[in-house]
Amino acid sequence: MVTRGFSSGRRPPTDTDARIPPGQYLEQGFPVLSAGPTPRVRTEDWSFTLKHGPRPIKKWNWTEFNALPLTRMTRDIHCVTAWTKFDTAWQGVLVDDILADAGIEPPTAFTLAHSFDGYSTNVPAKDLVAGKAMVALLYEGKPITPDHGGPARLLVPHLYFWKSAKWLNGVQFTERDEPGFWELRGYHIYGDPWREQRYSGDP
Amino acid sequence: MSEAATAQSPWQTAKIIRIEKRTPRVTSFVFKLSRPFVHQAGQHVDVRLTAPDGYQARRSYSIASAPESGGTIELAIERLEDGEVSPFFHEVAVVGDEIELRGPLGGHFVWSDSDGGPLILVGGGSGVVPLMAMVRHRTARKSSVSVALVFSARIWDEVIFRDELIKLDDRRDGFDLVLTLTREAARRPEDYSRRIDAQMMMQSMARLPEPPRLAFVCGSNAFVSAAAQALIDADVPPGLIRTERYGV
Repeated sequence: MVTRGFSSGRRPPTDTDARIPPGQYLEQGFPVLSAGPTPRVRTEDWSFTLKHGPRPIKKWNWTEFNALPLTRMTRDIHCVTAWTKFDTAWQGVLVDDILADAGIEPPTAFTLAHSFDGYSTNVPAKDLVAGKAMVALLYEGKPITPDHGGPARLLVPHLYFWKSAKWLNGVQFTERDEPGFWELRGYHIYGDPWREQRYSGDP
Repeated sequence: MSEAATAQSPWQTAKIIRIEKRTPRVTSFVFKLSRPFVHQAGQHVDVRLTAPDGYQARRSYSIASAPESGGTIELAIERLEDGEVSPFFHEVAVVGDEIELRGPLGGHFVWSDSDGGPLILVGGGSGVVPLMAMVRHRTARKSSVSVALVFSARIWDEVIFRDELIKLDDRRDGFDLVLTLTREAARRPEDYSRRIDAQMMMQSMARLPEPPRLAFVCGSNAFVSAAAQALIDADVPPGLIRTERYGV
């Protein structure tokens, strides 16, 4: 339905159109969204635990985790609140390298990412491996600030950004696809921005 | 694509039936829904505008009206100078226009009378909008839940819903309004003239019969960060604080 009197005078230039998923607009800033207060996690208190169901597979402290191979990833990111930001530059540890250090292959097809504030989000295992996702430690070369999820956040840039859990403290392999925090509150179970899977029930 | 109807909240057309200027920068638009829904206080809708060439712009707006408003919803939209949707509403939209929207959306920043209280609500600028839906819901339900609303605005004339809020405050029925103006002197004895801090939170919560069961904080990112920290410094457990942040 065409909206009376609305014109596309502000649409982005054509050469970037192909990088903007349906219903998104280009944002230059870096908006902050979260469900609660920003937790302040000190790196000396930080840890990351890989689990299979309730069973811990391996746990790293900050020093141990930072000794894992660091990879750069520069990607466009897409928030379900409709902003897209181009070329965000991260450094962190690929989930592939975390699994390699733990000496495992994904034991199940599903995961839940967990955060220090109790947040969780589900991501299929196949979306975390093969170089698709990392635990990010640096943004634009500097430690990630607390409001953007520091000390460490998940980065799954090909899905809506609520999947890139802030204040990450672990990834848990699950037998079933278990909805996380927002997925239990009306948001899509998978969240592909190119298929515009914003809310539960979207195709 | 996005034309496909969805199970929970399909796109629908809604007709603008009333436009009311709230402050110099905020105007309310009341929509009659073609597919009526009952929202929860605090939820939002997504609005999308479509240009003749197919370009679409979409934004989320919190619902200001109570769930009891029966087939209509009020959106209070702040004009953002570099926006593409809010200038359309402020400059182009007139009563009778049909707009596409979907909702209600969001399941965390919500409150219903049956959730109980007391509540402390903290809003900055247009961040008061979803809190207004909670206050109006409380009134519509004749709820006995005690609610304190701390509302920060730059100046008196930018206090959205000012007359309605002061009227509700004057009823002395368990709703307390605390205004704080950051660029003007306070006008009422219970009000402040500074940014939100822990002492203001403590004094505002002292108006409640017992510590809050939930806190809702909404506004710009900087506002929400400061207000949530002020609540934590005033001994509100972080797990009770729900936040919603607008923009950068």
